[in-house]
Amino acid sequence: MIRNIIKETTPIMFGYIPMGMTFGVLFQDLGYQWYFATLMGILIFAGSAQFMAIGLLSAGAGLTEVFISTFMLNFRHVFYGLSILEKYGKWGLRKLYLVFGLTDETYSLVTTIRPPNEVSEQNYYFVITLVNQSYWVIGCTLGAWFGGVVEFNTEGMDFALTALFIVLVIEQWKNIREVMPFVIATLSSIVVLYFYSEHMLVGSIMLSILTLITIRAFKGKSYG
Amino acid sequence: MVDTEHLILFIVVMTAATFITRLLPFVIFQKQSKHPLMSYIAKYAPPMIMSILVLYVLQGVDFTNISSLKTLAAIATTVGVHLWRGNSLMSIFAGTSLYMFLLQS
Repeated sequence: MIRNIIKETTPIMFGYIPMGMTFGVLFQDLGYQWYFATLMGILIFAGSAQFMAIGLLSAGAGLTEVFISTFMLNFRHVFYGLSILEKYGKWGLRKLYLVFGLTDETYSLVTTIRPPNEVSEQNYYFVITLVNQSYWVIGCTLGAWFGGVVEFNTEGMDFALTALFIVLVIEQWKNIREVMPFVIATLSSIVVLYFYSEHMLVGSIMLSILTLITIRAFKGKSYG
Repeated sequence: MVDTEHLILFIVVMTAATFITRLLPFVIFQKQSKHPLMSYIAKYAPPMIMSILVLYVLQGVDFTNISSLKTLAAIATTVGVHLWRGNSLMSIFAGTSLYMFLLQS
């Protein structure tokens, strides 16, 4: 089982450790102690939210804004959960952790791979989630240490986040092969950027989902 | 800037907000998982949100400025490598290292 898990999670390791390190380096640039980067990796365990945290911390955002923007940024996880309601089994500590650790990457693994015959599905996913989080926490910690000790030019490193989102859009396109969601998203973003640019992310996601539901209402229930 | 108390509250709030988004569907929709509207949103929301995130992180780029060519080159590299090899990590590394190189050289 362990051998399988190492094989399946290696791509995630190559993503999480450098990404976590990027986060750690940028985070300690703000002037906080390194162990808070570790703590954030353990408690929050959400890449994009932690990167957003750097922006929010340096902008001195209020806690209400932090809650709303994190909630909206991670709101996509609601739709992840919807598609694996059965997969994660009965309630218990194991399921609580599985749900807690439902990142983009963990989701993509548990929806793609199957555990070896002799292993229970939930136990397998539990170890995968745990291993993935370990990579992430190690990355966050190393970055915060390394960045504090060694002179390290981080300029442009945060492009990794942009690249990640671009890659995810391409993957979404490969899955769905329909223009509609991309058009709705682009138009919603343009409208919100024009009228309400200070809350672009929250606004665009809400407007696009509203548009999506409206389209379905007009097209009738046969659609989708 | 270095205010530990605020940082701890910040982490608690972000932890709660993140966990709630992951917990919510399991708490609320466990029994309605078959509803057509749910599967419709579940199908179309992820590509929409990913697209919005790309536009979100790029909104600060001034495309009338010549230096935005660096960003465009890094985006093109990321997309190109991804369409070529389909390996997410390779695409991300290629785009990011090119961007860092262009920016720092």
